[in-house]
This record gives sequence, structure tokens and C-alpha cells, in this order.
Amino acid sequence: MSEGFLTIREVSKRFAPQLGLGDRIAARLGGAVEARAVQAVSEVSLTIRRGEALGLVGESGCGKSTLGRVVAGILPPSGGEVRLEQEPVMANGRKTTTRIQTVFQDPFASLDPRMRIGETITEGPLAHGLVKAAEAGSFARRWLETVGLDPDFVTRYPHQFSGGQRQRVAIARALAMAPDVLVCDEPVASLDVSIQAQIVNLFLRLRRELELTMLFISHDLGVVRHLCERVAVMYLGRIVELGPTGEVYAAPKHPYTRALIEAVPKLSGGGAAFRPIAGEIPSPLDPPTACAFHPRCPLAIARCRIERPALREVEPGRRAACHRAEEVSPAA
Amino acid sequence: MTEPVLQVSALSTHFFTKAGVVRAVEGVSFSLARGEVLGLVGESGSGKSVTGFSLLGLVDPPGRIVSGSIRLEGRELVGLPNDELRDVRGRRIAMVFQDPMMTLNPVLTIERQMRLAILAHERASPRAARARSAEALTRVGIPDAARRLDDYPHQFSGGMRQRVAIAIALLHRPAVIVADEPTTALDVSIQAQILAEMAKLVSELGTSLIWISHDLAVVSALSRRIAVMYAGRIVEEGPTAVVLDEPRHPYTRGLLDSLPSRAEPGRELAQIPGSTPSMLRLPEGCPFRPRCPRASPACTVMPEPTGDAVRRARCHHPLVLTPAEAV
Ligand SMILES: Nc1ncnc2c1ncn2[C@@H]1O[C@H](COP(=O)(O)OP(=O)(O)OP(=O)(O)O)[C@@H](O)[C@H]1O
Ligand SMILES: Nc1ncnc2c1ncn2[C@@H]1O[C@H](COP(=O)(O)OP(=O)(O)OP(=O)(O)O)[C@@H](O)[C@H]1O
Ligand code: SF4
Ligand SMILES: [Mg+2]
Ligand SMILES: [Mg+2]
Repeated sequence: MSEGFLTIREVSKRFAPQLGLGDRIAARLGGAVEARAVQAVSEVSLTIRRGEALGLVGESGCGKSTLGRVVAGILPPSGGEVRLEQEPVMANGRKTTTRIQTVFQDPFASLDPRMRIGETITEGPLAHGLVKAAEAGSFARRWLETVGLDPDFVTRYPHQFSGGQRQRVAIARALAMAPDVLVCDEPVASLDVSIQAQIVNLFLRLRRELELTMLFISHDLGVVRHLCERVAVMYLGRIVELGPTGEVYAAPKHPYTRALIEAVPKLSGGGAAFRPIAGEIPSPLDPPTACAFHPRCPLAIARCRIERPALREVEPGRRAACHRAEEVSPAA
Repeated sequence: MTEPVLQVSALSTHFFTKAGVVRAVEGVSFSLARGEVLGLVGESGSGKSVTGFSLLGLVDPPGRIVSGSIRLEGRELVGLPNDELRDVRGRRIAMVFQDPMMTLNPVLTIERQMRLAILAHERASPRAARARSAEALTRVGIPDAARRLDDYPHQFSGGMRQRVAIAIALLHRPAVIVADEPTTALDVSIQAQILAEMAKLVSELGTSLIWISHDLAVVSALSRRIAVMYAGRIVEEGPTAVVLDEPRHPYTRGLLDSLPSRAEPGRELAQIPGSTPSMLRLPEGCPFRPRCPRASPACTVMPEPTGDAVRRARCHHPLVLTPAEAV
């Protein structure tokens, strides 16, 4: 398939200067505050095939959620565009499609506490004429059943549910819009391990049954490996590696990917089965030149400070933005 | 074996709420040797934090320790008057919270709060306190510590703030530190840095550590021994490697089986059926009974811990694995 089903073309997002709470406090305490624009996402191009799940991983603040919101048509990009089967997902700063829906991390914040679960699920579909008012009741019940909840829950309120159950409701609400694409932003991060497994299984089943295409944002590399065929690794607003999940984890082509994989503690009785990445995440207000990873990179050479590495094909199906991609050794 | 630093016996902490009595911690016993790291795992609401708060005497009404004993360096803490407890807290036992702002005061400079923490238990000149604070910050990996002392908490990143909280906990070189999910809100890379530093500090200073987390991998990376909590009780305890390889309690087994890292990609994950019970309406007998694949009528009676000092489980039908099953 040459044409991508979902095409992200050179998407950039820049946030205009704004004083955060911290800066406002600092300003009041007499600190010097300088407002600069944040380049949250820079020239990201990706395509997702129909029915594919693409994982998006990277450290906090690297731009995953921003990219996710642009892809979902919630946030206008400052450059580039996103198309679903050739159709732009946004026009004049407004979302133009219901075919992309989102599920967010916090199932507590994303549901209206005063709305019954049934209304929560049918609100969007009614507004877009996807279901008739007379059928709304059975429609909501069917979706609750699909996500593994008791259909009689339609009359309940969000506070009557556990975290895992609320996340199911949020998923049901997204799916009730009959989307082709689901953008999931850390959908299992706030859940307990045993409940995480239930939601991961639900996603596996829904993908099979509904042929969903997914952009799955997570900091949990294990969950991404389990759910996604391919993974994109992001660092300071750019994609630095892209490839089939299993291959990327076993033999990363970017030093950052390798470092990220090794920083995750593995289950082991023998103590320290992880290795921290040196240094802190640089500020997106003042990103390092050329390859943004060079100050933390064990392989960095002079060229890495001067010339930005392009995201290039290193092996068939494998891309990495690193001058020394061929020399990255497999993850320990 | 030498005398343990901390010996907790049959500790129960309950909350007397309008809706009923919440038995948040029930009959918890464990001991901690000098320099030992014990991991405490379990799902949300299982009683991990309340166990930690109980050790520091930080349980507030409507909750209280209803029975049991906490011996720290040979001294009984349960029933100790408040002023004596305050003297022990911070000096011999300290806590690091998930949110570093539980420790830090947003309107004071780091220097000021560290000085207050020092003066709570010792006399020190401002100059000596400053030098000691700078040294403590350097020890937890804060670059340029002497200068950063004059900063306010908001001028630090989340990871750096947590390091400051750890530095404060370490100020008086306590015998025991209780760390309640201190890396859960942090990024993987920063979590790894803090875990590595913590492991180093503990072995350098001989401090004993109780590391609370719901993440089995994090706990296993740091601790030689783990205790698994379910509904207020420790249901399994033993050397980390052994518990992970051969869990005896069906709940531990269920937790391990539900991890994606143990499964083949794309395959259904094993699920523990049902959901966490309400602490107000625990089933009779073993609280895991309604969700347990091994439950029998015997399980309507609360199982007592079986095993030895090294390895214990609270189950009528502990898993005895044949090599073929133990993949
Ligand atoms: N509305 C906004 N205004 C200004 N800056 C923003 C805004 N939203 C995000 N940013 C900044 O853009 C960068 C990327 O943020 P984003 O939330 O996309 O990261 P993320 O990868 O999702 O991080 P996390 O893992 O913590 O969720 C950050 O530096 C963030 O502070
Ligand atoms: N102040 C309180 N009043 C009433 N019940 C309480 C109070 N504090 C805690 N509990 C109850 O005690 C039980 C144990 O709570 P605890 O905070 O120890 O769980 P935890 O294992 O730390 O969970 P988490 O992983 O979510 O932090 C829970 O059922 C909780 O609702
Ligand atoms: S380009 Fe250079 S600095 Fe960047 S990751 Fe590759 S080797 Fe490291
Ligand atoms: Mg995000
Ligand atoms: Mg807790």
C-alpha cells in the first residue's frame, strides 16, 4: 500500500510565548522571566495504514500529546497537515471529520460528572445524526456491552464507576462515533496493572472486530510492544526512529531509542536491570543544535553538533535520524 | 542474624468512617535488616500508603493504629507520646512521598527549608546548616547545589524536586526511609536516574528502605525482598527473584501474568477476573476468594501465613509449581 490511509505531512506546532504559573510566581518574586515560543512538534511526517496501530513513545514533554491532538483535528498545526484518505482533518481551524476520535489518559477528567453514562455515549452520535433519538437507548446499551460493561449502567453517573470502568465508558463514547481512527493518549497510564490488562485486551479485541486504525501514545514501552505493529520514537518534537516494534526494541537504530529501552526497569530478581540515560531532558525553549540528542549521546561526534541528521531509511522498513545509526548496538 | 532495624508485628490500622470501619491495614508483620531494601507492592487501595503512614505515626483521625507493634531500633513506636514521636520522625525514620510538594513548602527557598529540617533535631549555625544542605543536594545528584540552595521549589523540574525531597529525608541519616511511589509521577528516564541514585545511597549510608510501588518492575529493580499486599494484608513475602519466578499466592501469580512484558505481543493478556473489593465489604475469609481460580470452601476461613522466616504466603492453596508449569 503506497498511499497512507492516515497521512501526517510535515506537521509542526509552535506555541506562542505565554507565561506559565511558575514564571508568574517567579516574576512576582522578582526573578527575570523571558517568554519564548515552544516548538513542540517539528516537521513530523508519518503515515499509518488502514487497520494499523502505530505506537508513539518518548520522554515527557517531547510533543506526543501535541502531535496526537493535531492528528485528531483538535489542535491546528502551525505548519503541515493531516489527511485521512486524502481529506484534511481540519479546515479553518476547525475539525472537519468525526472519523477520528480520541481517548485520553484521565478517565476521571474526561467524563462530564453530571451526565448519565447513556447520555455521555449518545450525545455525539445524536448531534451528528448517527443515531435516531428513538434508538439512542439501545444504542448506548450496545456500546456498553461492546466494551464489556453491564448495559444497565446507562442510567449511572461517572462517580459510580472505578477507574477501569470509566476508561471503558470513555472508549465506548469514542467508538460510538463510528470512527476509523482512534487516537489514544496514555489510555492505561492511570490504571492499576490488573485493570490495565483488561483495557489492553479490550483494545486488542476492538481492533480485530472493528478494524480500527490507531495512534497509541504511551510511555509504557511494554504496552506499546503488545499492541502496536510499528513504533515511532520522539525526541524534542521530532521523530528520531520509526520501524516495526519488535525490531526496534531488539535492535534500535537510534542511540536515544536504545537509551530509552535500557532506562526502563525490567522484571528481575537480580537487582538493577536498567540503566539511566545521562543528563536531563533539554528545555524545548532552548533545544540543542543539530541533533538535539547530542549532549546526552554516547556516540556523538563533532558532526552531530553541526548538521541535523535526517530521518533516513537505514534498513528496509527502518528509519532513524542519526549520523551513526549503523553503529548503534542492540539493546542489552 | 543481627537484630532487625525495624520489626513490625501484627499491625492493624483502621479508619472509623461514617460508612463503616475501613480495615486499611490488617495484621501486617515484617522485619527489615540494616541496609535492606524491601519492596511493597499491591494495587490501588491495598493499604501500602497507610502502612507507610503508620510507621511514621502519621495516621490522622478517623484513622488510628488499633493494634500491633512497630519496633524501630529496639524502641516501640506504637503508643509513643507525640513529642517523642516527632523526635524520632525525620531523625531515625523519614518518608518520601509521591508528590514532593508534600515535603516542600512552595514559599520558602530550598536553603530555608533544609535549615529548618536540620534545626528540628540539631543545633547548627546558619553557615554549617548551609554547607550541610549543599552537601546533601550534591549527594542526590543536583548539579551546582550551592547555588541552587537559594532557589524556590518551582524553579526545579519535577525530578529535581523529588531529589530535594530525598535529600531532606537523608539529612539526619535515618535508620529507615519509607519511599511511597516517589518516581511514579516522573518520566522513565528520570525514574531510572533516581532509582540508581537511591540504590547507591542506601548501600553507602547503610540506610534501610521500604520502597512502595504498584509497579513490579520498579520494585524488582531495587529490592532484594518484596511483600505483596492485597486488601490490607501482606499475602506473600520473600526474596524478589523467588517470588517473581515462583509466586505462591494466586494473586501474585495473577499480577505477574497480566504484565505485557511476560506475554507474546498481540496475544490476550491474562486477566484477574472481577475487581478490587470494597474495603468496607470484604468477603468472609480470604479477601481474594471471589477472584481466585484456586478457591475452595476452605477459603471462607481466613488463611494464616505459612512458610518460614524467608518466604511466606497467606493462602490455603498456595501454588506449587512443577518445572513444566513454571515458564
Ligand atoms: N497549550 C500549550 N501552550 C504552551 N506550550 C505547550 C502547550 N501544550 C504543550 N506545550 C509544550 O509543548 C511541549 C510538548 O508538550 P506535550 O504535552 O505534547 O508533551 P508530551 O510528550 O505529551 O509529554 P507527556 O509525556 O508529559 O504527556 C512541552 O514543552 C509543553 O510544555
Ligand atoms: N483518611 C481515610 N479515611 C478513610 N479511608 C481511608 C483513608 N485513607 C485511606 N483510606 C482507605 O484505606 C485503604 C488503603 O489506602 P492506601 O492509601 O493505603 O492504599 P494504597 O495501597 O496506597 O493505594 P494507591 O496505590 O492508590 O496509593 C483504602 O481503601 C482507602 O480508601
Ligand atoms: S546523530 Fe549523533 S548525537 Fe545524535 S544520536 Fe546519532 S550519534 Fe548521537
Ligand atoms: Mg502527553
Ligand atoms: Mg498509596
